[in-house]
Amino acid sequence: MGIVIVVTSGKGGVGKTTTTANLGAALALLDKTVALVDADIGLRNLDVVMGLENRIVYDLVDVIEGNCRLKQALIRDKRYTNLFLLPAAQTRDKDAVSPEQMQELCKILKDEFDYVVIDCPAGIEQGFKNAISGADRALVVTTPDVSAVRDADRIIGLLEANDLRNPELILNRVRVEMVKKGDMMAIEDVTEILAIEIIGVVPDDESIVISTNRGEPAVTDQASKAGRAYSDIARRILGEEVPFMDLDEKKGFFAKVKRAFGGQS
Amino acid sequence: MDIFSFFNKKEKSKNIAKDRLKLVLVHDRANCSVNFLEMLKNDIIKVISTYMEIDEEGLDIQITPGGNGKDGESSPALYANIPIKSMKKR
Repeated sequence: MGIVIVVTSGKGGVGKTTTTANLGAALALLDKTVALVDADIGLRNLDVVMGLENRIVYDLVDVIEGNCRLKQALIRDKRYTNLFLLPAAQTRDKDAVSPEQMQELCKILKDEFDYVVIDCPAGIEQGFKNAISGADRALVVTTPDVSAVRDADRIIGLLEANDLRNPELILNRVRVEMVKKGDMMAIEDVTEILAIEIIGVVPDDESIVISTNRGEPAVTDQASKAGRAYSDIARRILGEEVPFMDLDEKKGFFAKVKRAFGGQS
Repeated sequence: MDIFSFFNKKEKSKNIAKDRLKLVLVHDRANCSVNFLEMLKNDIIKVISTYMEIDEEGLDIQITPGGNGKDGESSPALYANIPIKSMKKR
């Protein structure tokens, strides 16, 4: 029996879909069978981030309404044979699905896959309620700004009220230079305020923009720092102890020379 | 610390962000507005003033966050620090 993980945030645009795609790919790379579910009905995007938009025939609502079998709607990833996507419907809205139906769907998917990762829509309405209803575990994505952290706090409260105890935090788009100058909240600042366990820190990384343009998860790119951060999170999900990576490491030659001579940073 | 930061009295923006967040979350978590707290504060002053003279300026009242307590359940608490100037003679 697998585990259903919901990726949520409250605020939009903090990186839920990117996180879902990358964690899915990273878990698949670790030889797990994975189903990604786009719960953002009416505003689907996980398909384009995965580069699978041209393969959609049936969607989540089709499955729930019995227009097709689950197997027909699941799209196999181009790169990883053990990674699948269940896309959201684009021409329907959140009310097309109920929390009970979502629970039922999660139960069936859990029997087939090691991990089911659900991409939750922004907001706290019906779509959110649907997305979390079948989940066993929750990951809260936030960026280090006031509005995103505030919304994350609200989401954490709602998750706990819905029996999703101990949600874990992913701090996304951290800019080390700004943190060092005191112009961006550091990891400790955010964890102190939200008081939940942190499972990963993802640096702000241009490679994410590039890989999303291409429709490829960043974890495939060995040079991508964000990709490596996502791989680390996937290993932590599996229960491995993985130390948090040094976001401050410089690639430049002079920085290496400086470090070799005992210089800071 | 570099020498310039000595002259630069401006507060770090992350501290401003953190302070604003903490304040806004106290209200979010307690599900009440600043206005609500102000009303509560005035009523408390009214009641206590019949028994003792208090320092209204130094009065500090807040609702401490609950719910996200690390060790299981913790409910929000009303916290009030009310400095007494003198007791009223009965």
